[in-house]
Amino acid sequence: MIEFLIKRLISLIISLLGITIISFSIIHLAPGGPLSPLTEFNPKITPEYRERLVKMYGLDKPLYIQYWNWLKGIIKLDFGRSFSLDRRPVWDKIKERLPVTLLINFLSLILILLIGVPLGIYSALKAGSLGDRLTTIFIFIGYAMPSFWFALILMMIFGVKLHWLPISGLHSIVGYEEMSFLQKVWDWTKHLICPLCVATFGGIAGISRYVRNSMYEVLHADFILFAKAKGLPENVIIYKHALRNALLPLITILGLSLPSLIGGSVIFETIFGIPGVGQLMWQAVMARDYPVIMGTLFLISLLTLLGNFLADIGYALADPRIRLGEKH
Amino acid sequence: MELFKELLKHKIGVVSLSLILFLIFIAVFAHIIAPYDPFEIRVNEILVPPCLKHPLGTDLLGRDVLSRMIYASRISLEVSIVAIGISTLIGVFLGSIAGYFGGLIDNIICRFIDIMLCFPTIFLILAVIAYLEPSILTIMIVIGLTSWMGVARLVRAEILSLKERDFILAAKVYGASTFRIIFKHLLPNALGPVLVSVSLGMGQAILIESALSFLGIGVQPPVPSWGNMLIEGKDTLEIAWWLSVFPGLAILLTVLAFTLLGETLQEIINPKKIKQN
Repeated sequence: MIEFLIKRLISLIISLLGITIISFSIIHLAPGGPLSPLTEFNPKITPEYRERLVKMYGLDKPLYIQYWNWLKGIIKLDFGRSFSLDRRPVWDKIKERLPVTLLINFLSLILILLIGVPLGIYSALKAGSLGDRLTTIFIFIGYAMPSFWFALILMMIFGVKLHWLPISGLHSIVGYEEMSFLQKVWDWTKHLICPLCVATFGGIAGISRYVRNSMYEVLHADFILFAKAKGLPENVIIYKHALRNALLPLITILGLSLPSLIGGSVIFETIFGIPGVGQLMWQAVMARDYPVIMGTLFLISLLTLLGNFLADIGYALADPRIRLGEKH
Repeated sequence: MELFKELLKHKIGVVSLSLILFLIFIAVFAHIIAPYDPFEIRVNEILVPPCLKHPLGTDLLGRDVLSRMIYASRISLEVSIVAIGISTLIGVFLGSIAGYFGGLIDNIICRFIDIMLCFPTIFLILAVIAYLEPSILTIMIVIGLTSWMGVARLVRAEILSLKERDFILAAKVYGASTFRIIFKHLLPNALGPVLVSVSLGMGQAILIESALSFLGIGVQPPVPSWGNMLIEGKDTLEIAWWLSVFPGLAILLTVLAFTLLGETLQEIINPKKIKQN
């Protein structure tokens, strides 16, 4: 177990360095270097001033020194200042938006599990039935559905036609301050229903397909046949023996699906006007606010990496073959 | 060819393949099929609902939605074909050298793949696009450069399992060059799985392209793309449902067709993985 942990930790650190190198390369791949967007279209910036900026940002130094300095800044969460009018530090901008994005992604992860796992199990147990077929159709539509279009359709049906749900923001603006706590919770819930549907749809499809296939395989494995031959009750076989083996790899799958889940934030936050990190990223790209773009890219990838790491640890804890130190 | 014959035995495979061929036909002959000029603005025909004259209605500038969607299919296919072409080339190249040479090279390439997979793709694409001018060429390249990891892994695994086989040993004894062994003997055997991932990848590339265009950083108006047509749809949600429904449906069906074709090919190539229905 300890050996496993150390191995994973080393690989985490290598991946982390890799992420910084790729992010850093993107900045410096830009034609004209990282300053060009700031200076190129600005007639007020004279060549002399540009020189000064180059010196100030250390761009005249060799690349590896620049990389080192950038890395030192990042460790202190110093991503520089935003190019936008307020010139605020990038970290401050990200910090205030991170909780919203994390909350939504956390909620969708739970919903994906709560809906996707039972759906997959049901589908595997009733393989070939009408319900299984419907689930399969649902899964493929989930794969192919453009999430932004799904968002538009939800807005059209529940927001515009039926007037059941608000279609923008995290909470009401008028009268929000006067609401009691419960009213506030209800207000948030109403605002979050559509974004959560969009965030979870693809994930539910992916997870239930995975669980279905995995469960189906386990149900036809020899040890289940043996359990049946032994005369164990059906329920014990399904929920004790089969399920355990089918769901174990799910931890890893969840870790691997984090990047696409978090990536979805850009889309639903932009469409539903939710002030999270995804929306920040989109706004920064539209305004070519490079420090914010790089800061967000780095932090989001870091979070994904940590999520993957936790999934690995979780898997190790759940799987006795690794927990007890047996070679896998 | 045998693969094709097998494919014709699968109902879903036939349906999805025909849909894709139909789409390619429309894209190639867009200029003949489209009933109107997709760029022509008609001020007296703004936001006409679907009717006989305009089967899918008109948009805010009076342009015919059906004609725009027909031209957009061209863009979507162009983007995804080039993007997947790039990603397949990179993936096959890196995957085969990693699988064939093993050792340190393999280690480095695998590590690189793992790191690339840590980035949420959309964030990575957005970051790269921010430094470049948004154009069709840009998104083709960026999608290609960020989606080769799956193919690379696949080809690596395939080559790893093939390279110890007798016929490769025979080729080595015979004195065939490394290049020849990889390209003449190993890769043709990995063709099937690569085809599967090309088909699945096409669907994903179309999804990414349309999402980027919808976010305003992909295909730029007035050039029509299914994604950027939906921008107008969002602004007119309350008055013109047809502007948001039809382009989205086109994306859904196209991606569905490519995904199902990929799945069917997978079943044919690797029957063990079939989950009996």
